[in-house]
Amino acid sequence: MKYVDEFRDRAKAQALVKEIKKVVASVAWAKERPIAIMEVCGGHTHSIFRYGIEGMLPKEIELIHGPGCPVCVLPMGRVDDCISIAGRPEVIFTTFGDAMRVPGSKMSLLRAKAEGADVRMVYSPMDALALARANPGREVVFFGLGFETTMPSTALTVLQAEREGVENFSVFCNHITIVPTIKAILDSPGLHIDAFLGPGHVSMVTGTAPYHFIADYYRRPLVIAGFEPLDILQSIWMVLRQIAEGRCEVENQYARIVPEAGNAAALGAIAKVYELREFFEWRGLGSIDHSGIRFREAYACFDAERKFATPNVRIADPKSCQCGEVLTGAIKPWQCKVFGAPCTPETPLGALMVSSEGACAAYYQYGGVRARQAQLDPVR
Amino acid sequence: MNAPAAIKARAFGVVHTPTVTLAHGGGGKAMKDLIDDVFARAFDNPLLAPMEDQARIGLAGLAGLGDRLAFTTDSYVVDPLFFPGGDIGRLAVCGTVNDLAVGGAKPLYLACAVIIEEGVSLELLHKVAASMAGAAREAGVAIVTGDTKVVTRGACDKLFITTTGVGVIPPGLELGAGKARVGDMVMVNGFMGDHGAAILAARGDLALETTLQSDCAPLRGLIAALLAAAPDTRFLRDATRGGLATVLNEIAAASGVAIAIDEAATPLRDEVKGVCEILGLDPLYLANEGKIVVVAPPGSAPAALAALRGHPLGREASIIGQVVEGEAGRVTMKTVFGGLRIVDMLIGEQLPRIC
Repeated sequence: MKYVDEFRDRAKAQALVKEIKKVVASVAWAKERPIAIMEVCGGHTHSIFRYGIEGMLPKEIELIHGPGCPVCVLPMGRVDDCISIAGRPEVIFTTFGDAMRVPGSKMSLLRAKAEGADVRMVYSPMDALALARANPGREVVFFGLGFETTMPSTALTVLQAEREGVENFSVFCNHITIVPTIKAILDSPGLHIDAFLGPGHVSMVTGTAPYHFIADYYRRPLVIAGFEPLDILQSIWMVLRQIAEGRCEVENQYARIVPEAGNAAALGAIAKVYELREFFEWRGLGSIDHSGIRFREAYACFDAERKFATPNVRIADPKSCQCGEVLTGAIKPWQCKVFGAPCTPETPLGALMVSSEGACAAYYQYGGVRARQAQLDPVR
Repeated sequence: MNAPAAIKARAFGVVHTPTVTLAHGGGGKAMKDLIDDVFARAFDNPLLAPMEDQARIGLAGLAGLGDRLAFTTDSYVVDPLFFPGGDIGRLAVCGTVNDLAVGGAKPLYLACAVIIEEGVSLELLHKVAASMAGAAREAGVAIVTGDTKVVTRGACDKLFITTTGVGVIPPGLELGAGKARVGDMVMVNGFMGDHGAAILAARGDLALETTLQSDCAPLRGLIAALLAAAPDTRFLRDATRGGLATVLNEIAAASGVAIAIDEAATPLRDEVKGVCEILGLDPLYLANEGKIVVVAPPGSAPAALAALRGHPLGREASIIGQVVEGEAGRVTMKTVFGGLRIVDMLIGEQLPRIC
């Protein structure tokens, strides 16, 4: 397939792995402890497992799977609010597919649908707006979810609805922003992350500027990475080079998509429609200052939180969950007390087991190659 | 001229309304007319013709074909009813015929029960019945008995079909999911995921235009050729819902072995890969309606592969992997990229990823 196969070339991968091994060999301290690299974005985690990248890397490299899966980090209280809105008879509740399975305190949207709520899967907020036009007698609510990647499309849809005067459309806004969360991780005690793979599609919107504090203040190299397997290998090689050469910079491997300055039109739409919340709750990580956004007063009429009364109850993560420790790299998914039993993708207790982009679900589904190396050796 | 033949033919009742109403399920003349006009006319065969409450099948004829009866049933609720490469009628015949054939049986007779939502057009029913009749001819089976129900609007989605099939298994053939042994070869008869991807595209809400066609086809001919060439074949299964990944996991679990497949050897169309890329789906879990997974001992594998490739429904057959030592029930795939991943059972429904 054009523009896809080129980025999955086995020979190029082998050449890159060879180069990675060379650079690793030049990092003296890697013999004492592994070089810990966090891929921030859930899309990266998915590719790493989908293509078996972890097993191709030398053992001196440890990948830590970060918090960049917007579905996983959605707190239970917010899911409960969704279900309460979706359960109203006048509401058609629209959502991206993988948000349907996220468990609230009592049920997921999938179960709410089975019990009679009108929940529909859409691929874009524009599909939700089209539903609102087609159903003037109903209230159509879009489940706004995701980082800067999906924020502009929600913002532009709201602006479109405003222009058209569509009054039966609103958004339940759960958009979040990754940078405060990276900062929270960097500030967490007992941190051991040596470098970052920065989110590719978020950066396509934001540009590279928001990450400079990571290199300048926290002295950690960061490479903005694409999502194809060769992108990821090349990005790992780039951060390793920085480590080997003692540099801490923000580099852009995904330059074919990510402009240094970001996308001005998208940023403009975001700034026009949204403002920062003082804090937002992340499943597994707790409340993080300025990590969520909400509608500005001028767009309050599109805000489902103001349109419908929601329970708005904060529900604590189950005590047994160790998602926070997995997210900060303190433990590996399979070292969590509840991994595999009772926490599974079918009955997730913790955030990271929810979406296929979550580190625990990915380990469970695709298998952490390192964790099961012994069993896999015969077929390697 | 053929006027005498027309006179001798059975007089079928005729429905004069353009749509089905609850009256057509009421048990009276309207129902008889519907069954006659739509189903009996399309399926017409000597076992169906007496229109008794049951088809009467001679045991002697069955016994001459083998020593065991194969018996299966399946319901079809596909949306949309018509899709590129098939429709619910063709699916309802092929699916049940294939469930018989993968057990090594020669499929013979089908029963067909339909649940119709009031308001469905006669034209649609005629099209579905004609498609069923065509698929039955292709598969060499007769639809010999059936049932019709009409339900109120909203009680079902336009049309549901259940088909039940019987066939006969020849002596000596013992295919089983638990029979895979280390060293056996695993093959498929062509491109995987076509049906699932075609249905997704045909639903229309994705605004994807593709040339994809469902692979929906009766597989008895292909399987007969395979079993003739490689009679010691261990196991066959059609990779329908849950796709290739699910069947491989079922084999690995039932046989207590591990299976290692090679992504590069697994036939996938660019269009299917493209649909999956866009939607964040995995083609290994997409449904097929004309594809089988075959496990054959290494000695017979070349003959089995040649037999598959020699049949029109197996031209792109490929050996995709092997049964290997390892954790019982574990399926792994060497990726095109050179890495290794685990291919697990699907949890619930495949949902598109957000980004």
